[in-house]
Amino acid sequence: MKENTIWMSGNEAIALGAFEAGVTVASGYPGTPSTEIMENLCRYENVYTEWAPNEKVGLEVAIGASFAGARALATMKHVGVNVAADPLFTASYTGGRGGLVIITADDPEMHSSQNEQDNRNYAFAAKVPMLEPSEPAEAKDYMRLAYELSEELDTPVFVRITTRVSHVKGIVTQGEVVKGPVPVEIEKVPGKFVMLPANARKRRAAVEERMARCREIAESAPYNVIEEGDTKRGFITAGVAYLYVKEAFPDAAVLKLGMCWPLPEKLIRRFAEMVDELIVVEELDPFLETHIKAMGISCKGKELIPNQGELNTAIVRNALDPEHQVELFAAPELPMRPPNMCAGCPHRGIFFNLSRMKVFVSGDIGCYTLGFLPPLSAMDSTVCMGAAIPIAHGMAKALGEGYHDKVVAVLGDSTFIHSGVTGLINTVYNNSASTLIILDNRITAMTGQQHNPTSGATIKGEAAASIDLEALCRAVGVRHVYVVDPHDVPETRRVLKEAIALQEPSVVISQAPCVLLPELKLRKPVSYFTNQENCVGCMSCIRLGCPAISWTSFAEGEAEQRGYKKKQKGISKIDEILCNDCGQCASLCKFNAITRGEK
Amino acid sequence: MDKQGNILFSGVGGQGILLASEITAYSLLAAGFDAKKSEVHGMAQRGGSVTAQLRYGDKVYSPLIEPGKADILVAFEVMEAARYLPYLHKDSKVIVNTQRILPPAVATGQTSYPENTLDILREKGISVVTVDALDLAREVGEVKTVNVVMVGAMAAFLPIDPSVCIAVIEKRVPQRFREVNLKAFAAGTKAAA
Repeated sequence: MKENTIWMSGNEAIALGAFEAGVTVASGYPGTPSTEIMENLCRYENVYTEWAPNEKVGLEVAIGASFAGARALATMKHVGVNVAADPLFTASYTGGRGGLVIITADDPEMHSSQNEQDNRNYAFAAKVPMLEPSEPAEAKDYMRLAYELSEELDTPVFVRITTRVSHVKGIVTQGEVVKGPVPVEIEKVPGKFVMLPANARKRRAAVEERMARCREIAESAPYNVIEEGDTKRGFITAGVAYLYVKEAFPDAAVLKLGMCWPLPEKLIRRFAEMVDELIVVEELDPFLETHIKAMGISCKGKELIPNQGELNTAIVRNALDPEHQVELFAAPELPMRPPNMCAGCPHRGIFFNLSRMKVFVSGDIGCYTLGFLPPLSAMDSTVCMGAAIPIAHGMAKALGEGYHDKVVAVLGDSTFIHSGVTGLINTVYNNSASTLIILDNRITAMTGQQHNPTSGATIKGEAAASIDLEALCRAVGVRHVYVVDPHDVPETRRVLKEAIALQEPSVVISQAPCVLLPELKLRKPVSYFTNQENCVGCMSCIRLGCPAISWTSFAEGEAEQRGYKKKQKGISKIDEILCNDCGQCASLCKFNAITRGEK
Repeated sequence: MDKQGNILFSGVGGQGILLASEITAYSLLAAGFDAKKSEVHGMAQRGGSVTAQLRYGDKVYSPLIEPGKADILVAFEVMEAARYLPYLHKDSKVIVNTQRILPPAVATGQTSYPENTLDILREKGISVVTVDALDLAREVGEVKTVNVVMVGAMAAFLPIDPSVCIAVIEKRVPQRFREVNLKAFAAGTKAAA
């Protein structure tokens, strides 16, 4: 590797790019595939970083920092932009003082998301320029360009990445660190910052004027570039799709758009005239294609290239040259290996109980969404962050009398703070009897252990105020708040039954730390083990779906031979290396077949 | 440099695939190759089937290996070797850890663990090297070095001298784990020879 080069992921490169660009304030909410940007940026000196409770707050913090003159950053996953859309559309009018960049990390193929929205549409709708790098090295370079553009045009700038930029590693060249050019101080600019109608109407015109200037910049920007080649077939492409085009058709002429909004019409027209056939290759929506066609330029796009899921080199090549398709070995039929809650996960105790109660479980976004999977199969809806509570309330209102004990909402601590608490306020204010279970594992677990306002620490691990969830629920008017230890499965069942039976709003806080917390990983868990001579093969523990517990079926006649009852079908066994010492299985076993401690 | 290649790592979340792919990537970079590597984080890591895709050559564009174009498959679990058959070609080299990790449907008694899965690969003419990496890792004194045993077993198939990998382990692995990882690498190399 050459000097000053580093092997790093796209997310690490964005953090480095932000640091080199002189960002001094950054706020974000964790969300795959964006999370590691903030986790890396917080390690650099002279950059204030924080986890915000949600993306709207994060963007508003960044807007404030920009108003003060700092170069500011807001990071989020694609669906986070939905939450931040309110400030976004008006920040487009206000602009700022210091450069303001918003990262949207989209997830084509939905590796870890509930939908596949294409956030290039936000650039169009909010009238905000958007840059789109294809790989880590570009991701770093585009950060600096994004800040320059933001200040030159007085606009927020989007940098859109996708999973295959965020979580791809490549070689990145380090650059010099610069300082933002705007003095950091209070400067009142009411005509820009106070968006009451009279001011907003003036800014509305300024937005149009700025986007016109941006289109001019796009015509000659170094990141919108024609790569000459065979003109029989010419490709317009952007983001990671560019890489697949280069590999599938290395000799073809390509117009690579580093800025996917606004589009350089003259450049596109010139390229279109150069080539015999114009093909647009882009992941997800026909975004470039639609706008190119609106220019009156004919091209092919989504009639060839899929509009769902990720692309790759083979998909692009086969779409255009199906005769070159190679025959592949067929995939053998194998049992699936879906993700699962960890051994010792506190959520398991809750979902095991819910799976045995006749209720509709209105779920949410987090590790606990895995409660949907068998053998627990105890989640009946999942829409978006925070939706669990209002959906349960809406169902309760629609169902009316006789259903007060039939709908339960479940979400995690971080999700509750993100956007759940307003739903709970509504449940109390408009009085429905639905029960809320808050899975308080003291961390934002799904995205890899980020702190949040309930965990008592900042992004840097420094001590911070932590919200008392029980007091918060009481403060918004919930009169029945219970706290349970989910590892005690029968006692949790008793509390859940009591709470659900109430004719008033109730909250059950399931309190037990995530087993992946560093302090829990450091402890030496005492393993549980099976006293196999006592096991009657009832499968109570197996039904927990714990990765540490497995079932061994008896062969014909084996039960009797081994001294068990003739009808016993098998026995369960705990893998003592995998066991995480939660005791849920032992709390369920009625035959003294599971014990904690040394054998 | 005219060599290029695609290495697919497969296994179960938590087996240390990312570190194995990192050591391999740093070794190829040290030998002067360009490289790109693709991983999946988030939901996919909770004990599910996971992969890391590493591509190297003079200049690498796409971070993803095309189906049918993986030259080496390093599988950390038996069934997770067979699962990626569509990524292989007849000259692919497959290095498999003989460890079995039961997926939920097997652990809960719904179905049984498939037998003879590696024969499916062999029937296609693909060369399969088996390594009991868990046992070797135990022997060197740290079960968590399964991943480095696997890198050692694969090293002979890389277009670089194994000493480059050793130098990477010496440089990248924290001092207190260094010796045991070097032993694990050597054990893997020996087992695959």
